[in-house]
Parts: sequence; structure tokens; C-alpha cells
Amino acid sequence: MDTSLSLFGDYQVIHNYLPILVFIIFAFAFAIGTLIFSYLVRPNKPDPEKLSPYECGIPPMMDARERFSIRFFIIAMLFLLFDVEVVFLYPWAVVYNKIGLYGFVEMMLFIAILLVGYIYAWRKGALEWE
Amino acid sequence: MHQIFFWGFALLAVFSALMVITRRNVVHSALFLISTFFWVAAIYILLEAELLAAIQILVYAGAIMVLIVFTILLIHVEETKIINPWQRQRPIAILLGVFLLGEIFLILSRALFPESIAGTALQQVAQEGNTEAVGKLLYTKYLFPFEVASILLLAAMIGAIVMAKREIEK
Repeated sequence: MDTSLSLFGDYQVIHNYLPILVFIIFAFAFAIGTLIFSYLVRPNKPDPEKLSPYECGIPPMMDARERFSIRFFIIAMLFLLFDVEVVFLYPWAVVYNKIGLYGFVEMMLFIAILLVGYIYAWRKGALEWE
Repeated sequence: MHQIFFWGFALLAVFSALMVITRRNVVHSALFLISTFFWVAAIYILLEAELLAAIQILVYAGAIMVLIVFTILLIHVEETKIINPWQRQRPIAILLGVFLLGEIFLILSRALFPESIAGTALQQVAQEGNTEAVGKLLYTKYLFPFEVASILLLAAMIGAIVMAKREIEK
């Protein structure tokens, strides 16, 4: 029982996150409050013009749901992969002093392997929009 | 005190998850999925797993959601509306559900007997903090899986480019 107490015992760290929670609660409360308040005070006279989607002031030309270019998908995929790479760098930087040269070499290897992918993407023109 | 927070976050996470699978509009599902990711991240912070919470927000609520939203943009949303979601995936869903339940029970049964975690990673986390413990283990003991992960990322990168390039050339 003792081990579990030290695991989840004092909540010192969590207090640092309390402002974030308060921030989220206020953000939600403000958004919901504004919606409710405007619902209560606004006049409600809908007509087809008002209900149509706003498109720079001109009548909407076509359906908003059309198929987008697959290039968006490549960019998102590359973003995801390099995002994961950066995430791996963070704990490495934290313990860098303790793992020394060994850690440096393995991280360089990790980055080198991903650099191959980066060069591949560059050469194949995946980063260009045309 | 933290019990109240846990139940609040857990209820919000489960509610958001239920909304994800019951909405007919995929965009609504995607928005509720972001909310699920955020509440799960809040639970990670309650567990003092701050690194995990940061990864949850950065990778899941950030990058993976971008990927999911772009996937929604790539398909015809209208066509998916008529599909009954409960049809053919039921046997697979039951199988996966049983596996997940077994996993949860396994972990919970270990948590009930704290002596079984002595000498494991969990104890190390308690001593020196989450991020340091993860870093130390990841870059010493689990060095090989870590390097394999980079090859996995490379394969995903090349695979995505090869498949998307074929689509562009068509």
C-alpha cells in the first residue's frame, strides 16, 4: 500500500495545472454564456437569405463539401511524422546529461534515419505545391 | 479532491467518446474526438504523467486530428451518411472489446497488489519524475524499440508519399 501512496500521494505538481483548468472552464462558460444570452435577447426572423452560408457577400456558388487535393493529406502525414520525432527529442533533452555520448549517438542515428525520409520527400516533390 | 477531478474528467471523456461513435455527421465526430483526447490528457496530468499528457495533446489532438480532418475532406461525406455503422464490424468489435477488457483487468489487478510493481518502471517514476524516467528507460533499456520506431516512421513517410504520388499522377 505504501508504494501506491508515494505514487499518487502529494499533488504538488497538479496544482500547477489548476490555472489551465480554470482557463478552460472560463472559456467554455464564456462561449456557452454568449450563445445563451444572444438566444434570449435577439429577435428571430429567419429568411432564406439569412440562413444561406456566408461566402464573401456573394450568393454561395457550390456545395462546400467537395473533395480536396491529396496534397493536403501528404502535408498532414509529414507533419504527424515529424511531430512524433520532435516529441521523442524532448525526453532525450531532459535526460541528456545522464546518458551522455551513448544517448547522443543513438539520437543522431534516429534523426539520420528520419532524415532519409525527409530527403526522399524533398526529392519526390512532396513538399512542393505546384 | 482529486477523486472529484478524476470522475469529472472520466465522465467527460466517456461522454465525448460516446458522442464520437453516435454522431451522423463526421465533422461533429471529429470535434468530439478532440474533446475526448483533451479529457484523457487531463487524466494523465492527474496521474502526474505530464509527458504523456503533452504527447497526447501534441500528437493526438494536434497531428492525428489534422490527419483525420484531411481524410474527411478527401472522401465524400454525403455517401457515408447512409451506412449503418453497426453492421459488419460487430464480431471484430466484440473480439477487440474482450481483449481490451482483459488488458484493463490485468493492469488493475497489478495496481491492487502494489508489491508487484516494486523494481519496475513505475517505482522509478515515483522517485525521479515522469519525464526523466521515460527518457532514461527509452534511451537505455528500450534503445532498440526506439530505433525501430524511427524505421517505422520512415516506412510510413515513404508509404504515404508513394501512394499519394500515384493518386496525383492519375
